[in-house]
Amino acid sequence: MDLAISPQDEAFRQVVIDFIENNLPSDTREKVRRGLKLDKDDHVNWHKILHANGWGAPNWTPEFGGPDWTPMQRHIFEEETGRHHCPRLRPFGLKMVGPVIQAFGSDEQKSEHLPKIINSEVQWCQGYSEPDSGSDLASLKTRAVRDGDNYIVNGQKTWTTEAHWSDWIFCLVRTGETVKKQEGISFLLIDMKTPGITVKPIITMEGGHEVNEVFLDDVVVPVSNRVGEENKGWTIAKFLLSHERTSIAEIGRSKSQLEKLKEIASAEQNNDAPLIEDRRFRDKIARAELDLMALDMSLMRIVAAESGGRQIGPEASLLKIRATELQQKLTELLMEAIGYYSHPDIPEAREFGWNEPPVGPDYASSLSPIYFNWRKSSIYGGSNEVQRGIIAKMVLGF
Amino acid sequence: MAFALTDEQKLLKESVDRFVERDYDFEFRTRLAGSEDGWSARNWSRFAELGWLGVPFSEELGGYGGGPVEAGLIVEGLGKGLAVEPYLWTVILGGGLLARAGRIDVLEGVMGGSVQLATGFAEPGSRYTLSNVATSAAQNDGDWLITGQKAVVFNAPSADYLIVPARTGGGQTEAVGITLFLVPADAKGVEMRGYRTMDGSRAAEITLSGVKVGGGAVIGDVDNGMTLLEQAIDTATAVVCCEAAGVMQALVVQTQNYLKTRKQFGVPLSTFQVLQHRMAEMFIHKEQTQSMAYMAVVRAAGDDAHEAAKAVSAAKAYAGEKGRLVGQEAIQMHGGMGITREMPVSSYFKRITMIETLFGNVDHHLDRFADISAAERAGA
Repeated sequence: MDLAISPQDEAFRQVVIDFIENNLPSDTREKVRRGLKLDKDDHVNWHKILHANGWGAPNWTPEFGGPDWTPMQRHIFEEETGRHHCPRLRPFGLKMVGPVIQAFGSDEQKSEHLPKIINSEVQWCQGYSEPDSGSDLASLKTRAVRDGDNYIVNGQKTWTTEAHWSDWIFCLVRTGETVKKQEGISFLLIDMKTPGITVKPIITMEGGHEVNEVFLDDVVVPVSNRVGEENKGWTIAKFLLSHERTSIAEIGRSKSQLEKLKEIASAEQNNDAPLIEDRRFRDKIARAELDLMALDMSLMRIVAAESGGRQIGPEASLLKIRATELQQKLTELLMEAIGYYSHPDIPEAREFGWNEPPVGPDYASSLSPIYFNWRKSSIYGGSNEVQRGIIAKMVLGF
Repeated sequence: MAFALTDEQKLLKESVDRFVERDYDFEFRTRLAGSEDGWSARNWSRFAELGWLGVPFSEELGGYGGGPVEAGLIVEGLGKGLAVEPYLWTVILGGGLLARAGRIDVLEGVMGGSVQLATGFAEPGSRYTLSNVATSAAQNDGDWLITGQKAVVFNAPSADYLIVPARTGGGQTEAVGITLFLVPADAKGVEMRGYRTMDGSRAAEITLSGVKVGGGAVIGDVDNGMTLLEQAIDTATAVVCCEAAGVMQALVVQTQNYLKTRKQFGVPLSTFQVLQHRMAEMFIHKEQTQSMAYMAVVRAAGDDAHEAAKAVSAAKAYAGEKGRLVGQEAIQMHGGMGITREMPVSSYFKRITMIETLFGNVDHHLDRFADISAAERAGA
């Protein structure tokens, strides 16, 4: 074993960095760097810029318009875009429904949906969780009843990220009554413009609007919008849940956050010395960095295994747990670094283009909101409790 | 009985709990926090009627003869309801400073409910070091001219008077040479930039540009304000540990109720052993924090400032660490619901998070506690 990245991969890394340098719009970069609010357009424009360069779907194969990257190249792309303040490519089309349609969809579904995902014409959201079905996803109750060539869908989805921006939603719905709750679930693609769909915002504790409730009242969905067989949607759901893989680590973003932490801890004063020289605080930064190194190395080993053609399993759960814990720790230390300036709550200061002088240091305004907001990461995408359950099941073999 | 509340203290505690239960539901609190002032003048009048505004002050000063313990019980109770009234800032800290200096003139208004106070104990670069004071006061024909900046001054937008530590001698971080001034909030040269805080309170950045006050504005003695400030802050810190215990109590209750009612996999979440044990840990942290907080207010009520400082720093470091843990666990165990603004638990989480920095965070107080311990060893 060595720790070397091949010269070709290092050259690729430089190509990615240069591309970002030359093409990422400066206001978007600034928003990401300072933790300000991003608009839909920031995401869409960046995605279109990547697409124009042939990088619209880094995780797709050439058959569907992907760039034919190795797992290592994909990893490098994820890492460098995260490090260099690019908006994260929205995962719902590219990493969720896209791969599902590629693996299980009809030819019509492929030709209808995939091109619009890769060119960012259509935004997708995910209709999985329901008010009573979170960790216990298979207990979902949204029902689709067959009516000729259509399904009539009734129910409620929740925690639907970006439903208010989205054109389409992919939903797990109940189509059959069976003893085993995992059976009788189907996977539907639903146009958000269909009558009967209502989107209601959920405001999170820091005041942000990312997630929504989605109500479905007698929504008519053509049967041709079902992916895969009727009542076999759980297979697809499982495929999708395990498909997030290594990108869930968002290692590039954490590296950038660690750098930011060091900068801020150098600027902050504690007893006439920079905070970063304070033994207690310095140790905390060092610990976070050790966690980052461990995660980085584990990730590289997993990428290497993937490059060797192995499908990853419970390692994805390890990454999810440790990556989100690290992300949360970094937001915590960033907030801690600014002392009393973690208190002021000035929402306008978290909008791009606010021109008044900052309250306290200019880096302070978004740090507490990000800390509060980021508590979500150990809950979403399969809570860390669920992920530990997956690892325990593997380790103990039950 | 030692280590237990007296009958009078129990009655006080019950009356605060009753007030919070009856008159401080979460929706009301949310409306108040979002209102112009951020708190209720009507509630403040009730606090006055109930005698809470005079509880911590001696009878000679016109108070009810209680002290930090009674103040702690009130604030612990208010913490359970996440009350937004500026009791900590006006009565405990501001009032505490005035009482220590015998300033009955202004204290009367505090006890009567007509006066609000704010204390500028932090500056933009001071972090948690109280003696790091760059704001200066120069003598001029028997008057003082105060110039400088104060950071994140809680309750300043509502304050009638600001209490301003300023340097009248010594270097920027020296303990000697700090004088406390009582400055009318509307004095010429006081510029205030008010804002909401993360937990729904109010604070302001304050710039003082040659603010002129008379000799009567000095609280305590010239150049020797630091001891006064440190002791009053110690008492306020002990009291805020009680608030932390109250907030943690609410977080524990909300979480246990959620685990008992929320069902997944056909059973309540409370049946999962992994969550049971975490719930048990939260309960232990809350109990222990309450113990530390009570120890701190009792020490703060005593005459040994050294013992008080040690106990207060121990309690604050402890409450900061455990409060963070309990808050994070409460959110995690509420799942997605925990991160919504609509669920009370997220507001309690924000308050416990903000309490962590008040008067110094975990590292600051751990350091202070360790310094005091080391000094004891060296002296022994």
